Amino acid sequence: MMPRIDVITGNDAAAWGARLSRVEVIAAYPITPQTTIVETLSKWVDTGEMKAKFITVESEHSAMAAIIGASAAGARAFTATSSHGFFYMFEMISWAVGARVPVVMAVVDRAMAPPWNIWADWNDALAARDLGWIMFFASNNQEVLDTIIQAYKIAEDKNVLLPAMVCLEGFVLSHTTMPVTIHDQEKVDEYLPPYEPPHYVVNPKIAEPLTYGNILFPWDYAKVRLAIQKSMDNAVAVIKKASQEFKEIFGTWHGDLIKEYKTDNAEYLIISMGTVAEEAEAVVDKLREKGMKIGAIKVRAFRPFPKQDIVKAIKDVSKVFVVDRDISFGYGGILAGEVKAVFHDNNIDVPVKEAILGIGGDEILPEHIEKFVLENR
Amino acid sequence: MAKTILDEVIEAREYLLPGHTACPGCGSALALRWVLKALGKDTILVIPASCSSVYQGIYPSSAINVFIFNVAFASAAAVASGISQALEAKGYKDVNVVVWGGDGGLVDIGFATVSGAAERNENILVICYDNEAYMNTGIQRSGSTPPGAITTTTPLGKIVGFKKPAPFIWLLHGVPYVATANVAYPLDLYQKVKKASKIRGFKYIHIFSPCPPGWRFDDSKTIEVAKLAVETGYWILWEAENIGGKIRFSLSPPSKPYIDPAKRKPIEEFLKLQKRFARFTEESINKIKEFIDYQWFLVKKFLEEK
Repeated sequence: MMPRIDVITGNDAAAWGARLSRVEVIAAYPITPQTTIVETLSKWVDTGEMKAKFITVESEHSAMAAIIGASAAGARAFTATSSHGFFYMFEMISWAVGARVPVVMAVVDRAMAPPWNIWADWNDALAARDLGWIMFFASNNQEVLDTIIQAYKIAEDKNVLLPAMVCLEGFVLSHTTMPVTIHDQEKVDEYLPPYEPPHYVVNPKIAEPLTYGNILFPWDYAKVRLAIQKSMDNAVAVIKKASQEFKEIFGTWHGDLIKEYKTDNAEYLIISMGTVAEEAEAVVDKLREKGMKIGAIKVRAFRPFPKQDIVKAIKDVSKVFVVDRDISFGYGGILAGEVKAVFHDNNIDVPVKEAILGIGGDEILPEHIEKFVLENR
Repeated sequence: MAKTILDEVIEAREYLLPGHTACPGCGSALALRWVLKALGKDTILVIPASCSSVYQGIYPSSAINVFIFNVAFASAAAVASGISQALEAKGYKDVNVVVWGGDGGLVDIGFATVSGAAERNENILVICYDNEAYMNTGIQRSGSTPPGAITTTTPLGKIVGFKKPAPFIWLLHGVPYVATANVAYPLDLYQKVKKASKIRGFKYIHIFSPCPPGWRFDDSKTIEVAKLAVETGYWILWEAENIGGKIRFSLSPPSKPYIDPAKRKPIEEFLKLQKRFARFTEESINKIKEFIDYQWFLVKKFLEEK
């Protein structure tokens, strides 16, 4: 198959990401706005366009459970969910980390009920901030497709071996069509070879019996948890390498841990994620025309958090504007809190202004970001 | 002389090794010993939170010499589904993917998960060792606790429910194989596990598994208690094979005499050995009798269909 440009939704881009990654086992449960990802995948599995097993599980908890099992048995495994589904599988989201299974999940970010709301909001995925998943937030449909492929490369790296989620905002990306390059399968195969578990495989036909996950004492448990932290640290370099290699083979660049936009000589910076970060770039262009020295940073990897990259990008900046599509009740914007902590740890004395916009899918227009910047400059 | 099934069981390799940390007289550990003898080395045990996740041993040791994948309480049948599908996707055959869990993990919190795996006819064997309460957390009432039994959440023997008829529920899913077993009848258990391991699709075995500390009886009496469960008709040994939509249901030999209520020992003989029934009232005894009648009613209904 040759690369071609198709006009597809973010969810179809996610499905293509899984297909091109030659996923072997998919387990999923329907939830809006994620559903069309697994509808597309199940169609491909049934028509034979994709050689994979599709398990129509009875809950999201079981979706994550099944792909943990599949990955432990040596298969490349995938699932996708949103909001309540994400919370329903929460126990297993954490389990995947301890089990060290490099599975990939597309998270179509959606608000939590009650009251019912099916629109975009980062509060679902961000609830898993502290669990040990590599977390990417995509800004456009091409990035969704590309990041899923990259996510397998990163997650399966022998120095990482952690699960990875690729987040895309509900409807804003999931159901919005954009031109997307569907890469040549052979090239993807070259970039992402078949999964060969370097740590363990639950299969008596090829390995000696072992016991995984039995009880251990606190001192040994702490070592296991420390190993997760070390792998997260290792992931920083692995993400950079994987993003660079991807660019060399496919020509697309979405950033690595961050993507900088006109940050040279910038006095002001807008920091955000997902589609909001892309919108911030439009605001930067507009304000630059008016003579304001402003740039933008997209936080692409929320975990591991791009501490050093943000520090480097700050340079001559005198003020930072962070836009969150989430809220930590009793604290404030979650991304803003992370940025402030990085500044504190690195003795960066730059004021951080924060705005919480677009909660529950409320539309974020460039004017909103512009107004926030101008009123707080 | 031809080999008997007893010879086969005795000669079969042991996979539950000395050094496991189960309590003396543990029905579950005893059952697991026979189960693993029947399954052999090409076996993966998927174990949800349970006594088994503890008595298998503490890292870096393990007293069970087949693959074990420990998983979250409600997740076992789904994890096993994923393992089974992955092995199939990769072209591996003849691996026993087995869920080994207690009644809490499979009849209560994992109920939907087992149901889903059964309905999808996943190629897995689910084995529930039923000790009729949450024993690992300290004897709390489960959906499999008989009415009126003392647990730490029914400390006065309150009658709450009616012990879920789990094996029948899975049988009604239309799966290829469902059986009940009992640690006091190891040959019957061994043969059922052996048979199940050769059938493709979803298999379920429910093992009556006395718990001395939980049921409060002397740990030398596990077999006696387990036997009385059969002899009083409280626990019925049966198996059901689904062949092309026709269920071939049969009473297993140890339970055959007790289809006749006159042959059953009085239920009190079973109850009086266990202090968990110390607060039994007439109402609880009637409820237990009702439970026994209901089990036999179901068994007879299935036996009628030839």
